[in-house]
Amino acid sequence: MIDTGLTLIINARLIDPEAGTDTPGSLLIEDGRIARITHGPDTPNPPKGARVIDAGGKHLAPGIVDIGVKVCEPGERHKESFRSAGLAAAAGGVTTMATRPDTLPAIDSPEVLEFSRRRANEATPVNVLPMAALTKGRAGKEMTEIGFLMDAGAVAFTDCDHVVQSTKVFARALTYARSCGALVIAHPQEPGLSAGAAATSGKFASLYGLPAVSPMAERMGLDRDIALLEMTGARYHADQITTARALPALERAKRNGLDITAGTSIHHLTLNELDVAGYRTFFKVKPPLRSEEDRQAIVEAVRSGLIDTISSMHTPQDEESKRLPFEEAASGAVALETLLPAALRLYHSGDLDLPVLFRALSLNPAKRLGLACGRLAVGAPADLVLFDASKPFVMDRFKLRSKSKNTPFDGARMQGRVLATFVAGTPVYEAE
Amino acid sequence: MPFDHTHLLGIEPLAPDDIRAILDLADQYADQGRSGAKHGDALAGMTQINMFFENSTRTQASFELAGKRLGADVMSMAMQASSIKKGETLIDTAMTLNAMHPDLLVVRHPHSGAVDLLAQKVNCAVLNAGDGRHEHPTQALLDALTIRRAKGRLHRLNIAICGDIAHSRVARSNIILLGKMENRIRLIGPPTLMPAGIGEFGVEVYDDMAAGLKGVDVVMMLRLQRERMDGGFIPSEREYYHRYGLDAEKLAHAAPDAIVMHPGPMNRGVEIDGELADDIHRSVIQQQVEMGVAVRMAAMDLLARNLRRKRTPTTVMT
Repeated sequence: MIDTGLTLIINARLIDPEAGTDTPGSLLIEDGRIARITHGPDTPNPPKGARVIDAGGKHLAPGIVDIGVKVCEPGERHKESFRSAGLAAAAGGVTTMATRPDTLPAIDSPEVLEFSRRRANEATPVNVLPMAALTKGRAGKEMTEIGFLMDAGAVAFTDCDHVVQSTKVFARALTYARSCGALVIAHPQEPGLSAGAAATSGKFASLYGLPAVSPMAERMGLDRDIALLEMTGARYHADQITTARALPALERAKRNGLDITAGTSIHHLTLNELDVAGYRTFFKVKPPLRSEEDRQAIVEAVRSGLIDTISSMHTPQDEESKRLPFEEAASGAVALETLLPAALRLYHSGDLDLPVLFRALSLNPAKRLGLACGRLAVGAPADLVLFDASKPFVMDRFKLRSKSKNTPFDGARMQGRVLATFVAGTPVYEAE
Repeated sequence: MPFDHTHLLGIEPLAPDDIRAILDLADQYADQGRSGAKHGDALAGMTQINMFFENSTRTQASFELAGKRLGADVMSMAMQASSIKKGETLIDTAMTLNAMHPDLLVVRHPHSGAVDLLAQKVNCAVLNAGDGRHEHPTQALLDALTIRRAKGRLHRLNIAICGDIAHSRVARSNIILLGKMENRIRLIGPPTLMPAGIGEFGVEVYDDMAAGLKGVDVVMMLRLQRERMDGGFIPSEREYYHRYGLDAEKLAHAAPDAIVMHPGPMNRGVEIDGELADDIHRSVIQQQVEMGVAVRMAAMDLLARNLRRKRTPTTVMT
C-alpha cells in the first residue's frame, strides 16, 4: 500500500480538552497534522488512499505531554536509556517528553544538551524536548548559559529536586531567565525542614519511626518562590504541588497575575502515605507521599484548574538502589506506562472527567512549553493516543518497557490500556 | 491461640495473648535464673547470630547470655567494624550469614524497617533488637514483665513515659504494648521531643512533669541522647534536668507506690536523679536488666519451637 500520509480514524470518542467535550466522531490525519474533525456518529467517506482505523467506540485524545521525565542518559544508562524510555512513552500514550537534566553529569551546558538531543533523536519514537539545569551542576551557585542553552533547544530550566537555596542566586537566575523568556521550573520546598526526610510527618511516619518533613515545608518553599516572582516577573512552573496547605498561596499568586503554573505527580494524585506500609521502598518518592486529605485536595485542584498539569515524574531506579532500608533507599518511581491507567482511576472513581484529565495531561503542559500539540484542533500536530478506558488488567512490573521496574503499581488492578499512539500521524505504538 | 510467629520484629504484630505467652514463659525463666541451675536445652544444637549494626553493650550481652543459657551456639558480630565498611549491602550481609544456616538472627540497625527488610531475605527466626526509631520489642516485653511482677497486673495502670519520645524506639514499642494491654498512657516531655501526630496514638500528652505524673502507677524515664542536648531540641542539659529530670520532688506527684523505670544506660543528673535511680524502694531498674535475659530466653524459645515445627526434613534455601 502506498503511504499517502492520510489516516482516517472513525468511530471514536473524541476527547477535546479545549472545548471540554467527549463526543463521538472521526478524525483525519494528513501530513502529520490533524486535517479534519467530524463530529457525530456518522462515518465520513475516507479520502482516496487513506488508511482507515476503526476505533470501535474507544477514546481518542491528544497525546500526553509529560514534563519532568528522567531519562538516565548520560551517566546511568543501565537504569533507562532514550530507547527504553521512548518505547515506554509510546506504549503509555506519551507523545512528548520534556526530559529532566538531573543526569550524571547534569545537563548544564550546550554541549551536554547537544549530546542528549542527538541520542534522543536516534533512539526515540516520540518527541523529546530537553530541559536544562538552571545552575551549573545543579549546585545552586552559578547560573547556566541560559541563552545558549535555549538556542540549543532547552525548553525549560530546572535544578529538579535541588532547591536553589541562596535566594540571591535564585533571584538573579529568575531575572536573567525572564530577559530570555525562559521558563523556570522549581521544586517548592524549604530544604532546611525537608533535609533527611523520608516521609511526611504525622501519625504514620511516627508509628513507623521514619524521619519526616512537615507538609508546611512545601508551602514555605512556594511562598518564597512567589515573593521572588513578584520581584522578578519571571515565568515559573512549580514541578509538584502535593499538599493542601500550598494551594491558597498558589491561588493568590495566580489571581495577582503572576506568570505561574503548577503541576503535580500522578503518584501524589493516586496514592497516599499509608501505601508505604511495611517500608515498601517503591513507594518512596520525592516529595514523600502525603495524607489522604492532601491527596483529595490535590485532585480537586486539578479539577478546578488551579493545578495545571499532571506529570509522571518518571524516575527510574535499579533494584540495588531500592533494596535498602527505607531511609537509605533511592526516591522515585517509573511511571511513563502507568501514567494513563493511574490517571484513569480518577475517571473511574468519578473525580475527574476525561476532558479535564487531558487538559492536565496534554493541553496545559503543551501550552506552558509553547507547543502546538496537546489539542484536538485542525492544523495541530497529529500526536494522538487511542485508548480503551475500561479495559482491566493486573500490572506486572516485569512487563514494563522501562529498563527499571520500580513501579508502585506492581500487582495493582488497573483499568485502561493504550491501543495506539501516533506521533505526527505515524503510529509509534499499536497494541497486539 | 498459641504463639504463632516466625519472627519477633515488633510489638505491633503481636496479639495480647502472644504477649501473655511470652511473659508467662519469661516468668519461669526469671525464677530459673535466680536458682543454681540456670541452664536449659531449649536451643540445644541451634546457632544464634547477633548482628549489631549499632553500638550496644547491654542488649547484646543480654541476648548472648539468654542464648547461652538455653544451650545455643552464640556468635556476636559488631557489624560497624566488618564488611559494611567495605560497601556490602545489608541484604548481601544477610544472605552471607544465612548461608551459614543460623537458626536465630538477632539484629540491631540504625534505620527503621531495616530488620523487617532483612527478615524477608533469610530463612531463620529474626529478632529485632532495635531498628532506628521504630521498635525495640524485647525492651517493651521486659518492661511489661517488670511492671507485672511489681504491680501484680498489666492492665488498668496509669503509666507515664517521659523524655525523648520522638527519637525513641523504646517509647514506641511500650506505647503499643501497654496500649494493647489496656493501660492508660501519658507521654511527658518538651514538645520538641514529641513525634508529630502523637495525639492520634490514644495517649495523653503533657509538657509539664507535675501535671503529667499526677497519680501515675509507673514512671518510665527515657534516655536523652547526648547529641540532642545542645540547643537543637532542648536549650541545655541543666534546663532539661530542671524541667524534666525525675527527682524525689517530681516523683511526689505520682502515686505513693509508683515504681521508677529506665531502659539504661542512664544519664544521672540529666533525666534522672542518681539517688532516686538507686532507691530500691522505688526504682526497679535492676529488675529490668534481670527480666531482660528472661524475656529474651522466652522469646527465642517460642520462636525456636515454631521453627522446629515448620521445618521440613529438607530445607531448601531460596
